Amino acid sequence: MKILVNGAWRDTRSAELTRALEELGYGSTVVSTAVNGEFVPLAQRAETRLADGDRLEVLAPMQGG
Amino acid sequence: MLPIYQTQLRSRLMLGTARYPSPAILAEAVRAARAEVVTVSLRRESAGERAGQAFWSLIRELGVRVLPNTAGCHSVKEAVTTAHMAREVFGTPWIKLEVIGEDDTLQPDVFGLVDAARSLCAEGFEVFPYTTEDLVVAERLLSAGCRVLMPWGAPIGSGRGLNNLFGLKALRAHFPEVPLIIDAGLGVPSHAAQALELGFDAVLVNTAVAQARDPVQMAGAFAQAVEAGFAARQAGPIEPRDLAAPSTPLIGTAFRG
Repeated sequence: MKILVNGAWRDTRSAELTRALEELGYGSTVVSTAVNGEFVPLAQRAETRLADGDRLEVLAPMQGG
Repeated sequence: MLPIYQTQLRSRLMLGTARYPSPAILAEAVRAARAEVVTVSLRRESAGERAGQAFWSLIRELGVRVLPNTAGCHSVKEAVTTAHMAREVFGTPWIKLEVIGEDDTLQPDVFGLVDAARSLCAEGFEVFPYTTEDLVVAERLLSAGCRVLMPWGAPIGSGRGLNNLFGLKALRAHFPEVPLIIDAGLGVPSHAAQALELGFDAVLVNTAVAQARDPVQMAGAFAQAVEAGFAARQAGPIEPRDLAAPSTPLIGTAFRG
């Protein structure tokens, strides 16, 4: 399955968001997620299913003004 | 003490965390500024680099409060979604709400700002809106549920100081009880002192410190300026006048009469 992760196309085997994040290398990181522009809280990641062509945003703390 | 939502702040200088030469210099600058609140942001995280994880560890070690922003958001939807994501990652209801309306000046889209503020306040966020000095917009933001306002001094990163003194003074006079924090555009410590002398409650500074030749020394200078400005406000400054008023008493002046 191809999904757009932070603007770049990536292949994932898992459709379940938590597993897909692990597969993509975000396993133990502090991140927040959105799928197709909608916020997906941590508590809902396990039940969130990804589909081919979905846009996944993975955001982390960063410097800001 | 400065009451901001349910928090009492001692420091009236807030510091941004972007554009420092290194993480170590950022940490030193936060300490030199004696800042209690620093602004942070959310960005796309690369799984390989994990830059965000290292930054977050550094901020937690500093023991300061974080004020996440929605920088870079150009629509209500983006700003509201970013606010939700920030609340989860940073574990705070505080959000510095930015909805950018124009790319050359980075001035806020005040229409989108009010919409986003209304939505976020209703969802329990404690919103710090980055706004202009416009009184009507300020009134709308307060009606939306904001309990603090962050008017700009000048465009972000411009270092020009308080661009519209008349407008900012009118804002201060019109909302004497609302915490007002000057956000953006300050260049040197005297700008910060001026803001506090005019009765603004605090300032947020980033570029002026981070891009100074010595950010740590500049952070300390801003801290002193903010303290001086606040003390001066408490002391009651004199009103400017157009003509001279002799400071030395005239009674008993030699060679007269």
